[in-house]
Amino acid sequence: MATTRPHPAEPPARLWRNPEPKRAYDVVIVGSGGHGLATAYYLARNHGITDVAVLERGWLAGGNMARNTTIIRSNYLLDQSAALYELALRLWEGLESELDYDFLLSQRGVLNLAHTEQEVRDSRRRVFANALNGIDAQWVSPPEIAELCPILDVSPDVRYPVLGATWQPRAGIAKHDYVAWAFARRADQLGVDLIQNCEVTGFTTDGDRVTGVETSRGTIAAGRVGLAAAGRTSLLTDTLGLRLPLQSHPLQALVSELLEPVHPCVVMSNHVHVYCSQAHKGELVLGAGIDSYNGYGQRGSVHVVEHQMAAALELFPVFARAHVIRTWAGTVDVTPDASPIIGPAPVENLFLNCGWGTGGFKATPGAGWVFAHTIATGGPHPVNEPYGLERFATGALIDEHGAAAVAH
Amino acid sequence: MLSIECPWCGPRDEAEFRYGGQAHVTHPDDPDALDDAAWGEYLFFRDNPRGPFAERWCHSAGCRRWFDVVRDTATNKMRPGTPAARKPVSP
Ligand SMILES: Cc1cc2nc3c(=O)[nH]c(=O)nc-3n(C[C@H](O)[C@H](O)[C@H](O)COP(=O)(O)OP(=O)(O)OC[C@H]3O[C@@H](n4cnc5c(N)ncnc54)[C@H](O)[C@@H]3O)c2cc1C
Ligand SMILES: [Zn+2]
Repeated sequence: MATTRPHPAEPPARLWRNPEPKRAYDVVIVGSGGHGLATAYYLARNHGITDVAVLERGWLAGGNMARNTTIIRSNYLLDQSAALYELALRLWEGLESELDYDFLLSQRGVLNLAHTEQEVRDSRRRVFANALNGIDAQWVSPPEIAELCPILDVSPDVRYPVLGATWQPRAGIAKHDYVAWAFARRADQLGVDLIQNCEVTGFTTDGDRVTGVETSRGTIAAGRVGLAAAGRTSLLTDTLGLRLPLQSHPLQALVSELLEPVHPCVVMSNHVHVYCSQAHKGELVLGAGIDSYNGYGQRGSVHVVEHQMAAALELFPVFARAHVIRTWAGTVDVTPDASPIIGPAPVENLFLNCGWGTGGFKATPGAGWVFAHTIATGGPHPVNEPYGLERFATGALIDEHGAAAVAH
Repeated sequence: MLSIECPWCGPRDEAEFRYGGQAHVTHPDDPDALDDAAWGEYLFFRDNPRGPFAERWCHSAGCRRWFDVVRDTATNKMRPGTPAARKPVSP
């Protein structure tokens, strides 16, 4: 029997065109994660370079951008890191109005807990370092923590009592997909071609120069090529015989069912090894460190999930009855000093943005800003100058392991 | 969780093991002869293939011995690596 149905609502206007790839561009960016999209946007906005294609093997921002736990902060210990992540945080703060897109930036604050005397010393040192770099940070005691996050167990009689925490009020979360779509829409409006289902498989070269890319949709010539392919970067540079100090690992996260708003901020703990926030919709979002082994399977091991849930329960007994709804993994590229590589490759016309490991979402606008500068000018911006590949020969490492570790 | 075959103890859960990264990275014969780039290469650069990868594991919660396997980093299928210098000894 035929029934009459109401017409479906008009679909929303498309956020970007879906063009066929041209045969040549001034700049080709490989990878349409947040970093690739932000780079394309700033190439157009800051440098007037609009003959740009962003090539994506899957769907737009379907890599780690779609899989991360959306934590944004800039309370890093070392000056080089503070400069990079604070540049990003300042850009985040103006970006919704600049891009005319509400991506739900929520500066609800991040607590980084200290559970041992050594962590107390390290954390206080980081607060002082942040203050010297003009970054908001405070040391807070257990009673102050209890006020900031009442559901956190700060009693002294647990296995790893909370001895204090650093508190960055300007830190928070943002809706990751919306961030990508906001950059994509604006980049598209400025003339950038966003091309999905176009896997880059290698490069065309002329002597020591890269002249373009080989893709699943044919050869595309390029004046300059920027890699923003996250965990898959070394697969591409291998085709040039160029080795990078990168190891790709699974990194997992999980969410609970939807709960009423109970968790007002972001809580991270390196010692019990978990971090937790509550998404806008209501899920608890939990993550921890990478799986130990290299892997491209986008699937980690269950014992890692068990560990982070046990740790979360230690901190938040109130979550004991919450159900896990989804777990997933991305493939993240980790460097020996836990800091990214942003700069020219030792092959002409090729530029690297990789090695963000577990923590590159927060850097998205800053990474795009300095990477666009590097591609446009051929050399680094002062903020990414220390992040070149040379540091693995000179030894001028940016060793944020201690301060960054599990915590993103 | 991976099931990893210790050559001495047999298959065990991954949680009993510690990962050691790429296998067969040998210490330079004459470290003084290396320039900074070559030394950096030895310290920091490892292969990162999608596919078969010769890697080391230590059965840290068991016999505590190191061994090599070849694991496919896309599928996690494992097969024994090239025999390590020390062969399993029968009791
Ligand atoms: C579980 C998890 C939790 C995380 N939590 C946080 C967090 O809370 N805070 C934070 O700051 N960071 C976090 N991160 C890290 C963050 O997601 C990454 O550092 C960041 O997304 C990397 O930059 P990107 O956005 O460009 O990467 P991606 O989004 O991965 O972009 C790379 C793109 O390149 C494409 N690509 C790869 N190879 C090719 C090719 N050959 N041809 C064409 N396209 C290609 C991929 O498909 C992908 O879309 C987390 C990551 C994971 C996995
Ligand atoms: Zn054993």
